[in-house]
Amino acid sequence: MDDSQINRDLLLEKAQALVVSLESAETSNEELESQIEEINNLRDNSLFKELGKMTREIHDSIMKFRMDSRINDLAEVDIPDAKDRLEYVITMTENAANTAMGVIEEGTPVAEKLAEQAGDLRQQWDKFRRRELSQDELRDMGHHVEDFFTETEQMMSKLLSGFTEILMAQDFQDLTGQIIRQVINLVNEIESNLVQLIKIQGENMVKEEKPAKQLKPGETKLEGPQVPGKETSDEVMKGQDDVDDLLASLGF
Amino acid sequence: MKILIVDDFSTMRRIIKNLLRDLGFNNTEEADDGNTGLPKLQSGNFDFLVTDWNMPGMTGIDLLRAVRADDKLKDLPVLMVTAEAKKEQIVMAAQEGVNGYIVKPFTAQTLKEKIDKIFERIEG
Repeated sequence: MDDSQINRDLLLEKAQALVVSLESAETSNEELESQIEEINNLRDNSLFKELGKMTREIHDSIMKFRMDSRINDLAEVDIPDAKDRLEYVITMTENAANTAMGVIEEGTPVAEKLAEQAGDLRQQWDKFRRRELSQDELRDMGHHVEDFFTETEQMMSKLLSGFTEILMAQDFQDLTGQIIRQVINLVNEIESNLVQLIKIQGENMVKEEKPAKQLKPGETKLEGPQVPGKETSDEVMKGQDDVDDLLASLGF
Repeated sequence: MKILIVDDFSTMRRIIKNLLRDLGFNNTEEADDGNTGLPKLQSGNFDFLVTDWNMPGMTGIDLLRAVRADDKLKDLPVLMVTAEAKKEQIVMAAQEGVNGYIVKPFTAQTLKEKIDKIFERIEG
């Protein structure tokens, strides 16, 4: 029997005794009152028991919540860490924007100069077609054409390498995307912890054991992009050269 | 030379695709994880696989394992291009039979070197 409920058998017994006492003319008022009092106490006892149980549960929940080291980690490690990661996202996007704008700023005068030279040559060519060029001017145009070819080749290769540079600068999107996803996961975790806290405040906490994500055999925890100064372990390669050295040591 | 590029970020696929084009490889296809990549490999006569590691669905390491376990695909050269830089991960990829490993962020030059090296070894 659930001891938080009023003990029905006991209550029935007391109530029947009260009826007997009432029907009997010999019962004194004091006796009646004490019997009623007993019935009352019966109710109060179960109420106190229930209240005590609730208090204990809430106390346990709060203690458990406090002792959950994950909460401490969130506040002391993960949130500051997320801030640094987001700073790194700002740095990466800023670098990418500056790289792209730098290449454009360098490339624009190059393209303008080529367009200008082509315009000059066009004018000379038109004159030539109208047979207005002298012998000297014709020789001049020949030199201009040669220079134009040389410069076009040089400038085009400069522009093309600029395009590659702009292309490579877009790799920030993948890396920042991975970092931002990690931060979103963290925010979700904080949110669910806050919900937990609100549940404790409100009523009895619903017990929810979050199982830690189990790694399958042959699986390894993925860390994503390494943030400078925030390397996730000592065993992290600092760059492609480290990776190449490691692979070389493995016979690659 | 037909190349499959597998990465969950479309920007990265596009970067690799453009770099490969600059290197003279025009015939490329894309997939966003191992689950979409593997069927393409199985039906598509690919000569080379470039894959990321960390992807939703099927990861790059599982794709590599699936490739090595497939009779028709087991000799396909695989280059991993990933942000995962932990020693144990690189060792694991090597054990599973990866042919090259590039950590992001990388340069166009690195990609060229690794691809050249992979084909030198295969032809040599």
